[in-house]
Amino acid sequence: MNRQVFGYLLFTVFLLAIPLLGIYPIFAMKIMCYALFACAFNLLLGFTGLLSFGHAAFLGTAAYASGHAMKVWGISTELGILYGVAMAGVLGLAMGALAIRRSGIYFAMITLALSQMVYFFFLQAKFTGGEDGLQGVPRGTLFGLIDLKNDLNLYYLIVAIFMFGYFLIWRIVHSPFGQVLKAIRENEPRAISLGYDVERFKLLAFVLSAMLAGLAGSAKMLIFVSATLSDATWQMSGLVILMTLIGGLGTLVGPVIGAFIIVLLENKVGDFGAAMANVTGIEWFTRLGESVTIVIGLIFVICVLSFRRGLVGEANAWLEKRRGSPAQS
Amino acid sequence: MITIFGIPLQAFLGQLLLGLVNGSFYAILSLGLAVIFGLLNVINFAHGALYMFGAFLAWMGLAYFDLNYWVMLALAPLIVGFFGILIEKFLLKHLYKLDHLYGLLLTFGITLLMEGLFRSFYGVSGQPYSTPEALRSATNLGFMVLPNYRAWVVVASVVVCLLTWFVIERTRLGAVLRAGTENPRLVEAFGVNVPLMITLTYGFGVALAGFAGVLAAPILQISPLMGSNLIIVVFAVVVIGGMGSILGAIVTGLGLGLIEGLTKVFWPEASSTVVFIIMAIVLLLRPAGLFGKEK
Repeated sequence: MNRQVFGYLLFTVFLLAIPLLGIYPIFAMKIMCYALFACAFNLLLGFTGLLSFGHAAFLGTAAYASGHAMKVWGISTELGILYGVAMAGVLGLAMGALAIRRSGIYFAMITLALSQMVYFFFLQAKFTGGEDGLQGVPRGTLFGLIDLKNDLNLYYLIVAIFMFGYFLIWRIVHSPFGQVLKAIRENEPRAISLGYDVERFKLLAFVLSAMLAGLAGSAKMLIFVSATLSDATWQMSGLVILMTLIGGLGTLVGPVIGAFIIVLLENKVGDFGAAMANVTGIEWFTRLGESVTIVIGLIFVICVLSFRRGLVGEANAWLEKRRGSPAQS
Repeated sequence: MITIFGIPLQAFLGQLLLGLVNGSFYAILSLGLAVIFGLLNVINFAHGALYMFGAFLAWMGLAYFDLNYWVMLALAPLIVGFFGILIEKFLLKHLYKLDHLYGLLLTFGITLLMEGLFRSFYGVSGQPYSTPEALRSATNLGFMVLPNYRAWVVVASVVVCLLTWFVIERTRLGAVLRAGTENPRLVEAFGVNVPLMITLTYGFGVALAGFAGVLAAPILQISPLMGSNLIIVVFAVVVIGGMGSILGAIVTGLGLGLIEGLTKVFWPEASSTVVFIIMAIVLLLRPAGLFGKEK
């Protein structure tokens, strides 16, 4: 446990020092956003056993809601974020209430279909700007004091948001509530027979996950000062599944690592393709950058077939094997 | 001019027919999904991508090998089916012992892979494909002008769906298949080669998607993304109908297509979401789906 705390402290120091290390802050902020998004998603899939195929809807809703509130209504940044999170929560309540009426594979299909409906709504609604998205949202100032137009100030706000979200999830997972969620994941009929109102637990987990995903969405909107349709597509929902899967389902750190890998991949796959084209002489590789989906799809297939525990899961298994001690979480 | 609710009859019936055409695709695809799910317990996300593959095969047949529509209508489902058999044999097979969700995730990955590949070769813009000559004209029915090709799509889809229904519900082969859905181990004990049956079933279900793709080629733009936009609606159709019954899948598919067409006439903005709204209502009133059995 002490080693864990030490690890987190080290990581926090690293996060705080990133701007000093010369790493492009926007890039680091983007990773933290996706990491929070993936952590929120993992709360549902990894710790409750519910596969939501529509989490992009919450990311997109919060981004649009915050952006609209700040740009058109001119409300302050902190209220804008809260409003976005609240809207994601309301949507989560509605979507969750419908989706938990079916379980397993149907749950995934229903969330996917409902999120597609949200996508079409954003495509047609007036306030979202349709295909162009919502552009040029003012970042504003935090509590009227700190100017967020400065990337460095914004960076520390994003770090704070990310840490807040991460530790909230950590707290949820280790609370009695989190234990019930795990019980539902492991054996739902038994949880019911023990007298837990499973539907309410699932719904609460769904709403919490939606709100945290919304927090990531609002933060993402602040970073890029825009909300676009791509935030709400099913491809985004798929991407967050992959981030979680590649990092490690049901582990706290996994989704963060997964998000890091995927964002890095999206940024670098073009360079990789160009290099491959140089080496092999096959011109097709240069187009790899435009169709990252090929790489993403390939990783998906490999992960599902032979890497289901993800990086962190595999690492834990390896450590336990070496230590030769019984499993501990 | 005859009008109905203030809309010219021709336009009204035209939209209904278009709805029925879409409904035919929903029916064939959800039928394939149901057949596959029954035996494999896998929701085949790649169904949309394979439908797209079918449409592209039709186009490629004409563009590269000068094979006409009718040849490809027979050939493309075979190719797609064979491709499906490869997917089942080499990838899906390893996941049967795991949670069903992994099947969905694997086929999702395959979808991204296929879409990405097609996109890298053909771009996102659609490829045009001309309607076969024999069906290019339209028939005047007196009250409306019926484009022959659209009528053909509906008739062909319904015939294929009914044939599938007949084979599964009324023949000995279908009986074995249904038994395999109920209890694969017992069927295996009777000497039926269940793994082979599973492979062929997946191949068949996927071939249906390929068939629908060829049917769609002359009507819709053939683009790499045509499948995944459709498959999500089909998922909603499957949730509405429930996967318990073959006829249910056909009726739900056609019916929702019609409703979508009607919505296009009266409230165009809602036409892309109406299926999802119906899904939400069905979930509230009858969670197991219209034809589904509560398990």
